Amino acid sequence: MLSIKNLHVKLEEEDKQILKGVDLEIEAGKVHAIMGPNGSGKSTLSYVLSGKDGYEVTDGTAMLEGADVLEMEPEERAAAGLFLAFQYPVEIPGVGNMTFLRTAVNAQRKARGEEEMSAADFLKAVRARAKELKIDADMLKRPVNVGFSGGEKKRNEILQMAMLEPRMCILDETDSGLDVDAMKLVAEGVNALRSEGRGFLVITHYQRLLDHIKPDVVHIMADGKIVKSGGPELALEVENNGYGDILAEVA
Amino acid sequence: MADAAEKISTTDARLGDLTLPAGGWSEAARKDALARVQAMGLPERRDEYWKYTRPDTLTQAGAVPAALFDNDEAPIFGEMDRLNIVFVDGVFDPQASDDLSLEGVTIDRLAEAKTDIHWARDLYGVLEAKGQNPVPRPLAALNTAFATDGVLIHVTGNPSKPINLTYHHRSETSDAILHHVIRLDPGAEVTVLESGPAAARFNKCMEVEVADGATFHHVRAQGRDHERRAATHIFARLGTESVFKSFTLTANGVLTRNECVIELTGDDAVAHVAGACVGDGDFHHDDTVFITHDAVGCESRQVFKKVLRNGATGVFQGKILVKKDAQKTDGYQISQSLLLDEDSQFLAKPELEIYADDVACSHGSTSGAIDEDALFYLRSRGVPEGPATDLLTLAFLAEAVEEIENEDLRDEINDRLAAWLERHRS
Ligand SMILES: Nc1ncnc2c1ncn2[C@@H]1O[C@H](COP(=O)(O)OP(=O)(O)O)[C@@H](O)[C@H]1O
Ligand SMILES: [Mg+2]
Repeated sequence: MLSIKNLHVKLEEEDKQILKGVDLEIEAGKVHAIMGPNGSGKSTLSYVLSGKDGYEVTDGTAMLEGADVLEMEPEERAAAGLFLAFQYPVEIPGVGNMTFLRTAVNAQRKARGEEEMSAADFLKAVRARAKELKIDADMLKRPVNVGFSGGEKKRNEILQMAMLEPRMCILDETDSGLDVDAMKLVAEGVNALRSEGRGFLVITHYQRLLDHIKPDVVHIMADGKIVKSGGPELALEVENNGYGDILAEVA
Repeated sequence: MADAAEKISTTDARLGDLTLPAGGWSEAARKDALARVQAMGLPERRDEYWKYTRPDTLTQAGAVPAALFDNDEAPIFGEMDRLNIVFVDGVFDPQASDDLSLEGVTIDRLAEAKTDIHWARDLYGVLEAKGQNPVPRPLAALNTAFATDGVLIHVTGNPSKPINLTYHHRSETSDAILHHVIRLDPGAEVTVLESGPAAARFNKCMEVEVADGATFHHVRAQGRDHERRAATHIFARLGTESVFKSFTLTANGVLTRNECVIELTGDDAVAHVAGACVGDGDFHHDDTVFITHDAVGCESRQVFKKVLRNGATGVFQGKILVKKDAQKTDGYQISQSLLLDEDSQFLAKPELEIYADDVACSHGSTSGAIDEDALFYLRSRGVPEGPATDLLTLAFLAEAVEEIENEDLRDEINDRLAAWLERHRS
């Protein structure tokens, strides 16, 4: 599904190398988790994959089902099936959440040469999915993320993911700032989307999200590299002992 | 001294080009207005009030020719039921206009109103003259003196449809001066729409008296001819519990100066003035607003948004003057520009002058670019850069457009803005 090889990334404006050779192979149907200390480059990886400005790829490749994502515009990556649930979802005053969602869904359909979704079908689909995520009608009407609580913003990300039905989902610290109930809702939202044809990359700081979204593979990232990979037990090790031991072991 | 001499010669040159319409009930008002222009002199670049906008092409003796702009867009407001009044290069066109009779309103042509129309005589040039203080507005006085056409609208009730003034531009050298007078009787309500480029050069003045408890809605879309020039004035006086709401859309136009002068003279009156403008390249747009609170408990709002690209210029001069006894005044003013590139500029001069002690007034002015994080967020969801930028631009303009109360009109304005943005994508 997603194949990252030897990815090196530096800041465009500064001479600062952030990713120093990331290798990652995510198969369809699998959930991979990345854990790692603050500043290790997890968000940078997610931004580079989704096409944010400000980063320069100095080496390596990232292919989504055989297509070079690094060559595409952000919207093309989205239409190709890549989705990033942002660590910090952006507030967009003046743009209604519904308008935004519908514009996005239909823009992707158009890019893929599919028919646009009718207003009625769209409304039905949004309502059903919003209900599962306990997102009320008022939140759908309000401007995108404006005045949303931290938890509401994260649930809104999952709603977008559910509506856009991407093939490769990247979740960047979707659990941060959530209470236990909100985290369950988010995890259920993600689990509902798990399927044969879909890959997940779940970036998190904490083991607790992984109690709800059971990963197949866990990677530890430090200083711009994946330093260790293993099964779900690796997350437990981090939970119990912190990163110290693992980092010492690979150093 | 050199300045004064230059002012006199500019003024003389312009006035020498015009003839005062003689006879009829407006003659005295016109003569007074002429005396006002002569005393003030026409605006000059050195005048403080014209610091950001060059007045020379508005004051020179003939209009700078303006190419006609062909476009295949359907006429704005064309879908709705309305009473049409059409002017071509500043001349009333009876063939294209509807019959002027409508329940709840009487409409007369200024150019034909030879017999005494009492209510109009009491207003013509009166609000304009009052609006000359404390800042002179010589182009408005010139208008009162020399206007060749216009309509006198007396609203006695609640007419069933809007009055739609359309201004066609057919001659490349037309130089039009129109003056409208509108009076709303107590409790009356009307919507006046205006659209079209009007002429190569257009000087338009509208005096509006809104009596106690009356409501005036005004929505205008200035014509899209790139080379047209316009200087417009609205003078309004508001009675107790009256409402005045005016919105202007400006897309294109090499030079536009829209002045709006409002006096809140009755308690609990409400005045909202808003504008959305979009300009690309050789575009200069100036909103100059002066709102005087002279009664208790009145509310005023000024909401002006400008989208500028490829070296376009936007100007905002807005003032709220709260007189000593105008307690409980609620005044709000915001002027913002969205600069789509580094060549464009926005010049703003917001002013508050407050003599009452129990008031709530706020004002703000900002200039900014498209929010890159918001743009990336939209694109990451699959919305291509062009439409994503348009969406953010419309969101920026929304606060101004939302000042239009009628939903159909609001949608129509939004559609026009969206279409303009789509045509002007980089
Ligand atoms: N746009 C940027 N400007 C400056 N520094 C950045 C930028 N993006 C990332 N960094 C730096 O790169 C490193 C990795 O950051 P990030 O990817 O956010 O880490 P993580 O998500 O693992 O906490 C940090 O040192 C961070 O300060
Ligand atoms: Mg991060």
